[in-house]
Amino acid sequence: MQVFKGVLLASGETTDITVEGSQVTKVGKTTESGLDCSGLMALPGFVDLHTHLRQPGYEASETVLSGSRSGAAGGYTALFAMANSDPVADTASVVEQVMKLGEEAGLLEVRPIGAVTKGLAGTELSALGLMANSKAKVKVFSDDGHCVHDPLVMQRALTYVKGLGAVIAQHAQEPRLTEGSQMNSGELSTELGLKGWPSVAEESIIARDALLAEQVGARLHICHLTTAGAVDVVRWAKARGIQITAEVTPHHLMLTEDLVRSYDPVYKVNPPLRRTEDTLALREGLIDGTIDIIGTDHAPHSSEKKDCEWEQAAFGMVGLEHAASVAQEVLIESGASDWKRFTEVMSSKPAEIGSLEGHGTIAEGQPANLVLLDPAASRTVTAVTHSLSHNNPFAGRELKGRVVHTVFRGKFSVKDGKVKNA
Amino acid sequence: MKHLTSIRELDTGSAIAILDNADELGAVNSREVKKLPALRGKTVVNLFYENSTRTRISFEIAAKRLSADVINFAAATSSVSKGESLKDTAQTLEALGADAIVIRHPMSGAAQTLATKGWISGSVVNAGDGSHEHPTQALLDALTIRQIKKSGNDLAGIKVLIVGDIQHSRVARSNVLLLSLLGAEVTLAGPETLLPKTFAAMGCKISHSFEEALAEKPDVVMMLRVQRERMQGTFFPSEREYAAKWSLSGERFKMLGNQTIILHPGPMNRGFEISNEAADDPRSAVLTQVRNGLSVRMAVLYKLMAGEG
Repeated sequence: MQVFKGVLLASGETTDITVEGSQVTKVGKTTESGLDCSGLMALPGFVDLHTHLRQPGYEASETVLSGSRSGAAGGYTALFAMANSDPVADTASVVEQVMKLGEEAGLLEVRPIGAVTKGLAGTELSALGLMANSKAKVKVFSDDGHCVHDPLVMQRALTYVKGLGAVIAQHAQEPRLTEGSQMNSGELSTELGLKGWPSVAEESIIARDALLAEQVGARLHICHLTTAGAVDVVRWAKARGIQITAEVTPHHLMLTEDLVRSYDPVYKVNPPLRRTEDTLALREGLIDGTIDIIGTDHAPHSSEKKDCEWEQAAFGMVGLEHAASVAQEVLIESGASDWKRFTEVMSSKPAEIGSLEGHGTIAEGQPANLVLLDPAASRTVTAVTHSLSHNNPFAGRELKGRVVHTVFRGKFSVKDGKVKNA
Repeated sequence: MKHLTSIRELDTGSAIAILDNADELGAVNSREVKKLPALRGKTVVNLFYENSTRTRISFEIAAKRLSADVINFAAATSSVSKGESLKDTAQTLEALGADAIVIRHPMSGAAQTLATKGWISGSVVNAGDGSHEHPTQALLDALTIRQIKKSGNDLAGIKVLIVGDIQHSRVARSNVLLLSLLGAEVTLAGPETLLPKTFAAMGCKISHSFEEALAEKPDVVMMLRVQRERMQGTFFPSEREYAAKWSLSGERFKMLGNQTIILHPGPMNRGFEISNEAADDPRSAVLTQVRNGLSVRMAVLYKLMAGEG
């Protein structure tokens, strides 16, 4: 038995949490002694609907184990692993392999995402049903990294996946409008001579897919919103009653395109960093519920992929170990929202979108998947984390909030800030 | 100042100082012995990932006139993605004794990356990076205008019109920044698809009509070289239509004032963006530009390299 004494819940209540075996057996004061957690928030373990674990295929950048360690350090108890591995996760055997690697690591729950189309090529449907019925029980499909751009393919995929009780997570990027794109399209891309990625390329796909989802009565999730216009389109779709959910990354909430002036590829990401107005609209959307969740789009890359010319460099940034601090900055430190909303965007809502049970709540009889964090602590983000890759655009920045303990199925995956060895 | 990768690195004073120095050093080029010992014992490497005979030769002669040793390293464009990395190439050249690397590269930002990544300790001069900048071209253009207009230190009040495919032009970007820094009023003119309105934020005016822009009586008209393969398909309906609207034809040439300077960074597509009539007129300063390219590059290499131990 493990008792977490004097924790602060998102509701504002101070209490004790008792864990026995893998379950929470009591949320309430107890006379039992236990671990002093005064000053620490106890929240449901975080759930990331958007992680690139890079295994199989790109083990120099990340493995399921190293990504699990990074996730646990960031307070996560579940990660959804994107399908753009090599081989692509478009068959039952690949998703089962990823799930098995996650179980072996044992630090959090790894939920494989299946590709929507074979080889992410956007033309033929992948083995959607076989992946859904496999041991991995895939509930989220995505070609992330690529947009399912063919409207007919997208319409059929939405229809088919609806029948599986699953959801498609769309990477909204009209490919023709973004050929060779390097950064946000605007005054700065003009000055820097880098090919622009116009916001309309994101917004037009979201609008199209919202209408397709409405037509077929399917659920649709939009990955990484980045523009003020995209927030408007999602707001419109929700008002219309379309079953749409949306995600924003930590970097798009805090970082802007001005960083690209350095031509430092650590700031190169797809979709790109946008303008200050966009980050403000994204924050507003996250606070008012238009945007449902924070997904990290944790995209590790080995240093060779970033130690080169901007146009040569790979797109992507790591994110698992600072996402909670960014959420705290945007929702709590800003005074704009509260820990209940924080819990929704970091845990309960991503679990719901991904049909993931046993996460997203701290309740008696439920699995003990929780995180204890010190919201008062300040820390300087370092490039070197538990990830194998160091492409961290927040390195050197001072952020609030520190994960002290992470508990996965009743056991510490992180204790006193130290990740347990698997 | 150790590198020159963008006009953004200059302020008005340092830009004028380079032009002044170029005027002085340029005098060497008309002497019988065209050589100064300033950079004796130093090595300049021309690292060119794009074909460019003119700029490469200009940098080569400039370095030699200052008594530096010059090595030309022509890397095929394909090697950017397939061959040795820029980091390894640059470090190899430095290990061979390069004190400065003059780089031309098809990717925007490559010169700045080379200067700031900490790969090498020597100086970096940008000889054109993607569609970003070509700072020595802007300096030679400014010097040419200043000499002909006898405008004193700077270019205050001089109206410069730059015409053509602005979107893909590093010459246009460097010129907008430098000429406006020196007090000139710059107008860009070109078709909407090749001149997005976002250029206005760099501090210039935008025009989508050559005739209207000429009616403003510019003191300088700079015709950009047109990459003809871009003039068909999605940017423009046809080469012919482009030439009809945007060439400095005989008709438009007649609209220029007696003292209007015609500039072109070269090489020219005669009969396409510029007519023979305009190119061969006494008001064309194309060859002065070439000569000034030499002096400006001498001044830049001197400024970056001579100061250090």
